[in-house]
Amino acid sequence: MSEPSTLDSIHADTLPEPITKVSIIISKGSLDGIYPALIMANGARAEGIEANLFFTFFGLDAIHKARHEHIKMATVGNPGLHVPTMLGGIPGISTAMTHYMNHKMEQLDIPAIPEFIEMIADTGAGMYACKASVDLFGLEKNDLIQQVQDIITVGEFYEMAAGGQIIFT
Amino acid sequence: MPTTMIAATQIELNDEGFFVHPEQWTEEMAAELARRESIDPLTDRHWTVLRFMRSEFLDKGTGPTVRALGKTSGVSVKELYQLFPKGPAKVAARIAGIPKPRGCI
Repeated sequence: MSEPSTLDSIHADTLPEPITKVSIIISKGSLDGIYPALIMANGARAEGIEANLFFTFFGLDAIHKARHEHIKMATVGNPGLHVPTMLGGIPGISTAMTHYMNHKMEQLDIPAIPEFIEMIADTGAGMYACKASVDLFGLEKNDLIQQVQDIITVGEFYEMAAGGQIIFT
Repeated sequence: MPTTMIAATQIELNDEGFFVHPEQWTEEMAAELARRESIDPLTDRHWTVLRFMRSEFLDKGTGPTVRALGKTSGVSVKELYQLFPKGPAKVAARIAGIPKPRGCI
């Protein structure tokens, strides 16, 4: 019997399979709820990874024609922000914090949500809305931005997600 | 680190296939590097991106991300992905002989 393989081949044997496909679920409608998902989707495409985005529940605001330009920071119940909840609830605080955050992101050349979503669609990522949520909020396809390909059921989502990783945000 | 022969020159590549010494790169190597990425032939539009990547790298020490490419190279994000389906910034950097651009957007 020959000696066990060299370090190199041990490394090759245990090298994890690269990720080739992701399905990202966006369930929150706050600025801090939406951006991480968009950054992960855009980053996946940049790495050549197939990506589909599924907007559900309040995440639908990110693809809602009338709402996606007005996504706000959550200033209540958001301990990471280090703003006391009593203060966070004062009218105007959420808007002010959102302005501040948008300004910081602009400095880093992070696009605004509508532009970011358009860019992600241009990368070839799929955009889908959850049927149950669309029905719940009484929406129609026409209420959603044109980049949304379809309104789909949970079953169709799982079919589409087959063979890839699912990320829930 | 793996070395490989490209256009009759011994080239050192890192584990992800990027040039370790970008100064070794010449335009004659691009077609062969592109074929390794399943891009054949290299069109003028590919070259617009490659030259832009190269000059950005020489200016700034790092290659542009897809977002920066889409805004400033004269090639839209949509077309970038048509030209380089496996990731424009990453694949174009390999073909242009520069390190992998770093950036989250």
